[in-house]
Amino acid sequence: MGAGHAHVLYRESASPVHRLPPEVKLAAMVLFTLAVVATPRAAFWAFGGYALLVAAVATLARVGPGWLLSRAAIELPFVLFAFALPFLGAGERVEVAGVALSVDGLLGGWNIVAKGTLGVLASLLLAATTTTRDLIVGLDRLRCPQVVTQIATFMLRYLDVLVGEARRMRVARISRGDDPRFLWQLRGFAAGVGSLFLRAFERGERVYLAMLSRGYSGRMPAVWQGAGAATAGQWLAGAAVPLVAVAIAATAVVLT
Amino acid sequence: MQTPTPSLDVRGLRYAYPDGHLALAGVDLTVPRGGRVALLGPNGAGKTTLVLHLNGVLTATGGTVSVGGLTVDRDRATLAEVRRRVGIVFQDPDDQLFLPTVAEDVAFGPANLGLRGAELVARVDEALAAVGMGEHRDRAPHHLSFGQRRRVAVATVLAMRPEILVLDEPSSNLDPAARRELAEILRGLPVTLLMVTHDLPYALELCDRSVILDAGRIVADAPTRELLADRELLAAHRLELPYGFAAR
Repeated sequence: MGAGHAHVLYRESASPVHRLPPEVKLAAMVLFTLAVVATPRAAFWAFGGYALLVAAVATLARVGPGWLLSRAAIELPFVLFAFALPFLGAGERVEVAGVALSVDGLLGGWNIVAKGTLGVLASLLLAATTTTRDLIVGLDRLRCPQVVTQIATFMLRYLDVLVGEARRMRVARISRGDDPRFLWQLRGFAAGVGSLFLRAFERGERVYLAMLSRGYSGRMPAVWQGAGAATAGQWLAGAAVPLVAVAIAATAVVLT
Repeated sequence: MQTPTPSLDVRGLRYAYPDGHLALAGVDLTVPRGGRVALLGPNGAGKTTLVLHLNGVLTATGGTVSVGGLTVDRDRATLAEVRRRVGIVFQDPDDQLFLPTVAEDVAFGPANLGLRGAELVARVDEALAAVGMGEHRDRAPHHLSFGQRRRVAVATVLAMRPEILVLDEPSSNLDPAARRELAEILRGLPVTLLMVTHDLPYALELCDRSVILDAGRIVADAPTRELLADRELLAAHRLELPYGFAAR
């Protein structure tokens, strides 16, 4: 039978990062990402600084580099284009190992890969230290519009459900002789996406009906929100990382 | 003599889906307080559609539903009270349990009713004790067995202290021991029970009265034992006792 609502990314632990209230971590993550994005691409030292920050938080949160990096691979399809840029870019050329590469293209590719990776790592750290339910509570406490938190609630739930259903459908396909090799699997998978969507949609509807039947009125009961809202001290602790990031970004902007 | 208000009183309930398909064609059903009634019917008879009318999730095209004397309408306050009074346990516990721990999920309903603090904790403990799941309160629902998850699903609505407990296929996917344990728990609960099922032995075990819903109408309403002994009636509505069974 289905494993129910397993956590896809959350890593159980009692680390200081886990104990921070979700709204603090959310705000820190957004601010950190903004600082990274605002950094001029040629300020290489700044990105080194950000990487150190990410490593420090990961150590505090007891999340290993292997876990982080293997999951960060999810960005690969999105940054593939960045690897083509050095070959496609125009303008000044530089010889690297006998291949002429565009300087502008190299910088452009680096810009996408570096910022993308840092953003993905920051989000992964947030996901690894915060349960999905806490994320929604955090968004709620940050006065996020109700529509957004509701959509997020259901999206997160669909994600768990989707993974479970996809796994079961894959097993059923293999059981009927589908070849599980990567590329060959795509065809069967593509054919299954439609029904996967329908099943996920129907499941989501049933979950919602069950919630409605227990008096759900569009907002998680305040009982989860009242207890443990962030204290000033926790905001201060959580602010450390994004403030350093903002300082790095500001310095980088001034220097270049 | 004045008769006490029934827990559930459905009169002339009609419902047509947006595409015009008539799912309920005038359903009349009364369940007295403390009664245990099985709602039998083949797949597609309109059982689940009827259940979703009982707490106002679906709105009838015609007819009325009253729960403990309160008539279901679109008013927000009425709906909230109706959803407290009618506790629906859905067929798949994975649809019902969506929070990280058992205790939080059981607290979801009463918290929506406005309960807080010690009162809420007491309500959660009471409901979990009623289904014998007290020691699992801090576990994640997806780490429990299927039978345990169904018992927790029952607790999530018991925590709202419903007037009537509505169970959709409570015995489906349970192994024989889990099925018996659930029956023992249900028999011990001091609430009105409406059990939607096509598991006829389970209906016989738990409910002294049964009704058959087919093609959107109640076509039979009698003591369960009598109903199950009428082979022709059962066959006419795609219901059958499992191989080797006979109601006597």
